[in-house]
Amino acid sequence: MKTLVIALKIFLFFTVLTGIIYPLLVTGIAQVIFPAKANGSLIRKDNKIIGSELIGQQFDSTIYFTSRPSAVSYNPLPSGGSNYGLTNPKLINLVTEREQQFMAFNGLDSTTVIPSEMLFASASGLDPHISPQAALLQVERIAKARNFNNEQKLQVVHQITTLTEAPQYICLGEERINVLLLNLELDRLE
Amino acid sequence: MTVQDVMQVILFFALLIGLTPILGKYMGNVFTGEKHFMQPVFGWSERWAYRFTGVNPEEETNWKAYTFGLLMFNLVGFVFVFIIQLVQAYLPLNPAHLPNVTWHSAFNTSVSFVTNTNWQGYAGETTLSYFVQMLGLTVQNFVSAATGIAVLLAVIRGISRKTTDKLGNFWTDLTRSTLYVLLPLSILFAIILVGQGVVQNFKTCETVQTLQGAQQIIPMGPAASQIAIKQLGTNGGGFFNANSSHPFENPTPFSNFLEMLFILLIPAALTYTYGKMVGSTRQGWTIFSVMMILLITGLSISLYAEYSSNPIFGHLPLMEGKETRFGITNSVLWSTSTTAASNGSVNAMHDSLSPLAGMVAVINIMLGEVIFGGVGAGLYGMVIFIILTVFIAGLMVGRTPEYLGKKIEAFEVQMAIIAILAPSFVILIFTAWASVSSAGLSSLNNPGAHGFSEILYAYSSAAGNNGSAFAGLNANTLFYNLTLGFGMLIGRFGVIVPVLAIAGNMARKKVTPLSAGTFRTDNWLFMGLLIAVILIVGGLTFFPALSLGPIVEHLLMGSGITF
Repeated sequence: MKTLVIALKIFLFFTVLTGIIYPLLVTGIAQVIFPAKANGSLIRKDNKIIGSELIGQQFDSTIYFTSRPSAVSYNPLPSGGSNYGLTNPKLINLVTEREQQFMAFNGLDSTTVIPSEMLFASASGLDPHISPQAALLQVERIAKARNFNNEQKLQVVHQITTLTEAPQYICLGEERINVLLLNLELDRLE
Repeated sequence: MTVQDVMQVILFFALLIGLTPILGKYMGNVFTGEKHFMQPVFGWSERWAYRFTGVNPEEETNWKAYTFGLLMFNLVGFVFVFIIQLVQAYLPLNPAHLPNVTWHSAFNTSVSFVTNTNWQGYAGETTLSYFVQMLGLTVQNFVSAATGIAVLLAVIRGISRKTTDKLGNFWTDLTRSTLYVLLPLSILFAIILVGQGVVQNFKTCETVQTLQGAQQIIPMGPAASQIAIKQLGTNGGGFFNANSSHPFENPTPFSNFLEMLFILLIPAALTYTYGKMVGSTRQGWTIFSVMMILLITGLSISLYAEYSSNPIFGHLPLMEGKETRFGITNSVLWSTSTTAASNGSVNAMHDSLSPLAGMVAVINIMLGEVIFGGVGAGLYGMVIFIILTVFIAGLMVGRTPEYLGKKIEAFEVQMAIIAILAPSFVILIFTAWASVSSAGLSSLNNPGAHGFSEILYAYSSAAGNNGSAFAGLNANTLFYNLTLGFGMLIGRFGVIVPVLAIAGNMARKKVTPLSAGTFRTDNWLFMGLLIAVILIVGGLTFFPALSLGPIVEHLLMGSGITF
């Protein structure tokens, strides 16, 4: 009985300390030092929030760069991947379908090597990035849809180069480009 | 693999090795009551805790009282987390107005977090209120890890003390590991994570109109504070469903690198603390090396599997269930680390790993979570294997086995066998049951051998208190919530109780002085033996099950056959 009372009291102590004080303390510090990041790295356009820099969005219009395939169609409630095993015929069919679709949509010939992230769905279903190679393959199609002249097209290529993020601190992670930020820049070209 | 991939892996292990003695030494000071620099910062709250609870920090107990205190404390935690889920709709901090959780899901989740498993049958962002995530789950993230450390400390005292029945004071062990180790590291880590983009607020979801004009609901919440401790405490339960692949949990390659490092940091450092407290850091480094060899072996196999071509996808990099910013190397380094440590958070979907990489993940768990393993739990699990190894070596040379001067006798070996068999029993029996019952089979997401792997992985994860999943399996059903829940309980307390019994029995023994005939436990020969015992026990127990799942899948994939 005495043990139970101690257990209850010490549980109460830890609940207050690690369940209330700790998250509140971290929230307090975070909101002061990194307010934008603590609140979701939201992006505004014309004073309206149009999304988060970190959360990918679905793009299927011809005038935008497309994001990766997503098992949850970029709906974050809830996030997740396809969880298909590599020997699952459903996955194999999806990959073939996506390959053909990407080629047809971007007017590429059948010898083009499509970066694999455009054929496979991400883990979170919210991956905001694609590889710069995947972006370059889409330039021609976007330029056509937006009636860009050659100079504007070069500007798009230039945007891809400037927005490409190198591996962090020289060696961490992969080279990538944020699709939402790229499309926002694209809109600014007009 | 590129040069840059190799650099990341080397940097990762270099930092892990470098930080081990630093943190290990500090923890040694904390646990032996020596002076350390965190005392002025949190000492007041430790004293306050003892005054409030009426605990006398000087008073030590025998192993039975120590175990009883531990079980009572965990029971209180379980009841609390269970109840607040059942009534979360009536509690504050529920801006999304989430409904009450079903009883079997609440049972599963509360067992899961109390046992340091963090198996998640539910999706965080659409199931649990901020109240439950903070006051229920975050608290258990701390105290379940601290419970693991407490058990380890009792084991260390059992080994290093002589002719006493006193194993220490559970309440002070619990308090000190939380206040001086877990809490300060978590605060620091959480703030670094926010700096990388992890959310930390109490706002409700943000509904936005996307650039293309669709509606998207962006989740919010106090995520960073929970993620910091979920990694440090080898818990692994995500704030969001996609766990550490979610950009709000793990936004950048740097946050990814740190989260991976923090999965292994405390379990690795504890090997140094162990060596220091039993009086020979060499003993600690021996254990560290064994763990490291097993980890790197598993990692090499996984990397080989993921970078190999196969007849189905050719040379296409296997990016299914992986994030662009992490790529393949970081996803595999994570999957190996998170299963070796009983963490269970994921930054890539294990269900979509190549069959061999998925097999390494499940073997890491099956071996008893002793490759670094859970905070405290990995090392006391390793002590079980050490006892078994010393015993077998003793049989071979015909001498009474000893470990660090303590005779290993029938009682220790019996308890060690119980601790090894309890989780194995859960894995094999429950997997067999689920594989032949319609309740078990109706939850599968993949056909054929891969579907069997999903079930095998689930029960391994529960019994090993890991918590990661082949997440295609729909585990939020009555059948899985209950069987996995009981599996987690057996896997946790079916090991803790025998381990504490061993500690209590060893503390009573005299110390045999070292002699020329003493079997050394700090050299290459012993490391080789220990690795062999771990692999043979694991191999004999699980090889038949593995050959029905990942092995057959790998062979069929190699010939281009699908299901």
